Amino acid sequence: MGNLRQVEVGSTVKVVKINGEGALKRRIMDMGITKGCEIFVRKSAPLGDPLEVQVRGYELSVRKADAELIEVE
Amino acid sequence: MITAALAGNPNSGKTTLFNALTGANQRVGNWPGVTVDKKEGWVKKDRSLRIIDLPGIYSLSPYTLEEVISRDFLLDEKPDVVINLVDASNIERNLYLTTQILDMGIPTVIALNMMDVVRKAGDRIDTKKLSQSLGCPVVEISALKGEGLEDLLREAAAAAGQKKAPFERRFSAPVEQALEKIGALIAGAVPEERRRWYSIKFFEQDAKAAEKTGLAPEALGAIDKIIKEGEKALDDASASIITGESYDYITGITSACIKKSRKGLSASDKIDRVVTNKWLALPIFAAVMIFVYYISVTTIGAIVTDFTNDTLFGSWIMEPLAGWFEEIGTAGWLASLIVDGIIGGVGAVLGFVPQMLVLFLMLSLLEDVGYMARVAFIMDRIFRRFGLSGKTFIPLLISSGCGVPGVMASRTIESERDRRLTVMTTCFVPCGAKTPIVAMIAGAVFGGVWWVAPSAYFVGLGAVIISGLILKKTRPFAGKAAPFVMELPSYHVPAMGNVLRSMGERGWSFIKRAGTIILMASIVVWFFSSFGFVPAEDGGGTSFAMVEEMDESMLAVAGTKVAVIFRPLGFGFWQATVASIMGLVAKEEVVGVFGVLFGVEGDALGLVEDGDFGALSPIAAPFTMLTAYSFLVFNLLCAPCFAAMGAIRREMNSGKWTAFAISYMCVLAYAAALMFYQFGILIAGAGFSLGSVVAIAVLALIIWLLVKPAWTEKKAAAPLAAEAAR
Repeated sequence: MGNLRQVEVGSTVKVVKINGEGALKRRIMDMGITKGCEIFVRKSAPLGDPLEVQVRGYELSVRKADAELIEVE
Repeated sequence: MITAALAGNPNSGKTTLFNALTGANQRVGNWPGVTVDKKEGWVKKDRSLRIIDLPGIYSLSPYTLEEVISRDFLLDEKPDVVINLVDASNIERNLYLTTQILDMGIPTVIALNMMDVVRKAGDRIDTKKLSQSLGCPVVEISALKGEGLEDLLREAAAAAGQKKAPFERRFSAPVEQALEKIGALIAGAVPEERRRWYSIKFFEQDAKAAEKTGLAPEALGAIDKIIKEGEKALDDASASIITGESYDYITGITSACIKKSRKGLSASDKIDRVVTNKWLALPIFAAVMIFVYYISVTTIGAIVTDFTNDTLFGSWIMEPLAGWFEEIGTAGWLASLIVDGIIGGVGAVLGFVPQMLVLFLMLSLLEDVGYMARVAFIMDRIFRRFGLSGKTFIPLLISSGCGVPGVMASRTIESERDRRLTVMTTCFVPCGAKTPIVAMIAGAVFGGVWWVAPSAYFVGLGAVIISGLILKKTRPFAGKAAPFVMELPSYHVPAMGNVLRSMGERGWSFIKRAGTIILMASIVVWFFSSFGFVPAEDGGGTSFAMVEEMDESMLAVAGTKVAVIFRPLGFGFWQATVASIMGLVAKEEVVGVFGVLFGVEGDALGLVEDGDFGALSPIAAPFTMLTAYSFLVFNLLCAPCFAAMGAIRREMNSGKWTAFAISYMCVLAYAAALMFYQFGILIAGAGFSLGSVVAIAVLALIIWLLVKPAWTEKKAAAPLAAEAAR
């Protein structure tokens, strides 16, 4: 258990819950990060932030601060 | 006539499809009041089919501008049919938008694009099954190759206007119960065919949709209770329940319709491994940016701009025309109006176009290839601190060459808020036309010390950063930052047709919408600087006539009057004022005008370029180092040239926003020069004065603006219930 930010690059995790509210949470979910889906953390940007993850077969960039809202296991 | 709305995700090939369907029969405009492009066109072979290209969106949520525009169009304009473009290679996320469109009950045809990519990866999609599951026609197409378009149009025409069977998707039992209860409460308040959609929106606590119905507060209160029950049963926020179940529904469909082959890395993945690699990303980024800058600003851009300005308009048009007018004895003022005023003004507009086309070609390429998203990915960390998007890097970079294409480059930023913020700040970066001013001050006043030129860039960048920090907290910008959850699209070979069309569109929109403002302003300044009240030739009184020298013009007279407002900045003499005003025509004019007004022998601009600062000493005479630098700071930051203002007007798509942007620049320039000069003389030992007090007050204000909490709109965050209680 933990959040997406803590996940090591190169590993795959399963989403447990998305915290936060409003536009940000809606956007995260609209992009396909929903309860139960798998996320593969591909890499972090050259300056350390944001992250590049793979979800539902495509690449998505998520800031680390936003990744903290995503609880994974 | 049938109206079809084209809807789809960004990067799904929507522009390609739209171009393939409509060809040259299209019109680009703006959605009312916003900076989002609105494209509409007619099908090439069948002019009775009109297509509206909706903005590329991922969802019909009420949060982003593009999404609101799209759903308002679908709800209010009631298109006969929706053509929903779905990227087959990224089908799960693309179908999410599809479910939301289908919920609306509008006849829909799905255009399944990029099937070739799917086949290449060894996957198989059963389109028949997909069509059955979704309850709407699915047509395989290739927008790039133009395949399947006739089938698509036939299906669209057949589906148009038909009463569509309600979309058969069912949520979990607690949600369905809630939707039923809400549906009963809102019956009558909404059109029957939209009842399901509104029920879902109410359940999601979508305030924008609720507003449209004008439902009584009691009903809203009852709905709120129903939502609470549903949330309790499923232990999640209502909107998240709907989104989550939508995706579950899609996964159910795709697992039945798609056979994945699980091949290794795709070509795009391999490219990305290199391009955004931990070590290589920054060098590659630098190389790409240097290449873009080199091509569009330094080499081709500068060559074609110089050619159009100096050779085409200067030597080939203006000079012969002036000579010809003289030959046939045209009145001096008329010849001057046509040659200097109108053709000069038109030249100022068109002179930028070739360079802009080169830049737009580069930007379109970067976008089409998929690298633009990586620019944002790489630069996000730096720029978000200043409330700007990572993509702001490109406008800023280009602005160091010329602010006009720099402003236009902000097109690539998706969020309107970020785009406006970028447009407002990008002209602070010293452009090529400002360098002669810097060189003149550095050479003639500072004796050529090395630090003046770099310091000008620090002043410019400082203004960008401080403006970003201040503005992001103000009401128009606060809290509206689009969440940076960004798709990194697959790399693909650019479709040259798209790239060229996009280049042409952008260039033309600059001519059309920036052109008028530039032309008008150029003529006005020409008039005020060429005419004045001069002593009448018969000796008695004065007469209004064209003046020989600028110092007799109305501009000079006005400059003398206005100069007093620059006294607190240290350069309250009229020549500086007139030069600053003439700088609005083109920034390098500041140098030329100084040359004329101070009686420099020869062409001042040429002298600066040659580094012959001895001859420029008359310019240095009225300045001290402090006043000269203060003048420099003011001219670096104040309103840009008319061409850039025209570009700002075009990008803001609003007179109010343009006025706000220009005023902000002028105020900031004044404040910065004031502080610089007043603190300068204070340190130099001039004693404490009223000016020092004002400068301290300005500094305090800026610090307060920097540290104050951001403006928040409590109402926007309040849930539906609070709204109803009021």
